Amino acid sequence: MNGNPTLERIARSNGLALCAAGPWTARFAPVLERMVADAEKLGGTRPNIFIDVSQVSKLDTFGAWLIERLRRSLTQGGIEAQIAGLSANYSSLVDEVRRVKAEPIVETDRVTITGMLEQVGRSVAGIGGTLIGLIDMLGAVLAATGHVIIRPRGFRLTSTIHHLEQVCWRAVPIVVLITFLIGCIISQQGIFHFRKFGADIFVVDMLGVLVLREIGVLLVAIMVAGRSGSAYTAELGSMKMREEIDALRTMGFDPIEVLILPRMLALVLALPILAFLGAMAALYGGGLVAWLYGGVEPEAFLLRLRDAISIDHFVVGIIKAPVMAAVIGIVACVEGLAVQGSAESLGQHTTSSVVKGIFFVIVMDGVFAIFFASIGM
Amino acid sequence: MADEISDAIIRVRDITVQFGKTRVLDGLNLDVKRGEILGFVGPSGAGKSVLTRTIIGLVPKIAGRIEVFGIDLDAASSAERRGVERRWGILFQQGALFSSLTVRQNIQFPVREYLKVSQRLLDEIMIAKLGMVGLRPDVADRYPSELSGGMIKRVALARALALDPELVFLDEPTSGLDPIGAGDFDELVRTLQRTLGLTVFMVTHDLDSLYTACDRIAVLGNGKIIAAGSIADMQASQHPWLRQYFHGKRARAVMG
Repeated sequence: MNGNPTLERIARSNGLALCAAGPWTARFAPVLERMVADAEKLGGTRPNIFIDVSQVSKLDTFGAWLIERLRRSLTQGGIEAQIAGLSANYSSLVDEVRRVKAEPIVETDRVTITGMLEQVGRSVAGIGGTLIGLIDMLGAVLAATGHVIIRPRGFRLTSTIHHLEQVCWRAVPIVVLITFLIGCIISQQGIFHFRKFGADIFVVDMLGVLVLREIGVLLVAIMVAGRSGSAYTAELGSMKMREEIDALRTMGFDPIEVLILPRMLALVLALPILAFLGAMAALYGGGLVAWLYGGVEPEAFLLRLRDAISIDHFVVGIIKAPVMAAVIGIVACVEGLAVQGSAESLGQHTTSSVVKGIFFVIVMDGVFAIFFASIGM
Repeated sequence: MADEISDAIIRVRDITVQFGKTRVLDGLNLDVKRGEILGFVGPSGAGKSVLTRTIIGLVPKIAGRIEVFGIDLDAASSAERRGVERRWGILFQQGALFSSLTVRQNIQFPVREYLKVSQRLLDEIMIAKLGMVGLRPDVADRYPSELSGGMIKRVALARALALDPELVFLDEPTSGLDPIGAGDFDELVRTLQRTLGLTVFMVTHDLDSLYTACDRIAVLGNGKIIAAGSIADMQASQHPWLRQYFHGKRARAVMG
């Protein structure tokens, strides 16, 4: 490299020469752009301006374009500015950039208040669409289930077992650990506050009812939405991106039957099992803390627990599990199939799968609370 | 390949690459001369893409030395390495365009990162590059998912060329293109090599590309370069795979 590029103004007998020299390459593009912008101001001030490029040691697209840009801005009033001293090596490159059309139209989205309001309106209107999408998917899954019941050979047992392993068996350690810790915390807090009234033993009632009716299943459902719902969306979404789902469809398979039904079934079976294990772990953790921290002997804990809870509490909890699983699964699959071509879209839909999944789980929990209260369970 | 080429832009010496227990490249030597278009062929699964990826540093090697632009890539500091990376461009087999960016942003991305230039120049250079690869400026605001396969290849080439590299790696540039599109692409690579003085390292399966675009051909087999030379050398070779490749039914069709 022979130093930096330059653009000198030299007065010659036949007019003003702009002598370009040195390497006119991408590396020096910022410097070159400034020099060219300076020289462009000469346009129209003098009649005969030409660009001499004979001293240019190296030229690439950046340099060639900047010279071309200079030439265009010097070309005014019908007199075309000339480029002199162009070596044969570079003439094809200069010809190439000469074909570039001037000034591309740059479209930028401007942020306006009406635009923002429009966005809000569209989001609100979109809620209806989301609900219809979910009901649509529910219908499709039920139809596929009907198909499989009529024609059991279409049922994908291997796939279902595989997903069951993924969402149930592999989730056991983390679910048990977290519910165990939550049980410990509820118990500790209960004892701490109940002790002021000398009502330590009532912590068992609170723990039993809370864990079996609400916390056990709700917590596990939220964990499953985060763990398996997101995985379903990402799997289906990337299959959608690579046209794998289209490929299935063209081979005469129903993607709902092949991909979604096994996943849904695995989830519906997994969540009650995980909710049961979670509830047991939480009770165990709570009992352990009650014993070590509150001095409630295990025998006393169990006796009290037997009095405090009935089978109803357990049934109320466990009945919710498959319904919540279905909600999580349907949301995850709808989001997965809604993924467009880009990585960004995959990320957005995975996020909204988890967010919507958790939202609907909590809404369902509220609906169940009203229902069980009204039937007196 | 014992003879040293003085102006080698890529110099690969005794490269060994192993995945688990399978040895993919076994003491491979290769030189690429400045300004040439090297066609790189070999049976499927022989490790052509692996060699490309090893040279550009995406696959770790267990032995050997790679010099690009005379810089030993293992000994280079990270600044030196970045300098080298700025001087090469890579066209991946599937294009590897950033799916969440538009064509415009894809092409401008490397320029924006390395050079502090105005948005106006970025746009103009982007249009120039699109023109060079034979695309019209109106594709600039489309996303990669809205492009056809051939357009993706072209945009990916435009991105590879964005910083005006001296060396371009093309991994099966014509695969998935129709014969006319593939022919245009070969022509395009030739033109760019002439106008920009590029060195091109092209992995290919396309016999037409070998005949029309490449100056020299290297053949990979059993983890080594089994032959390197002009197309005439290849046709004269007695190696069984080469005989089949260059004298098979398809080769005869190409040669007319």
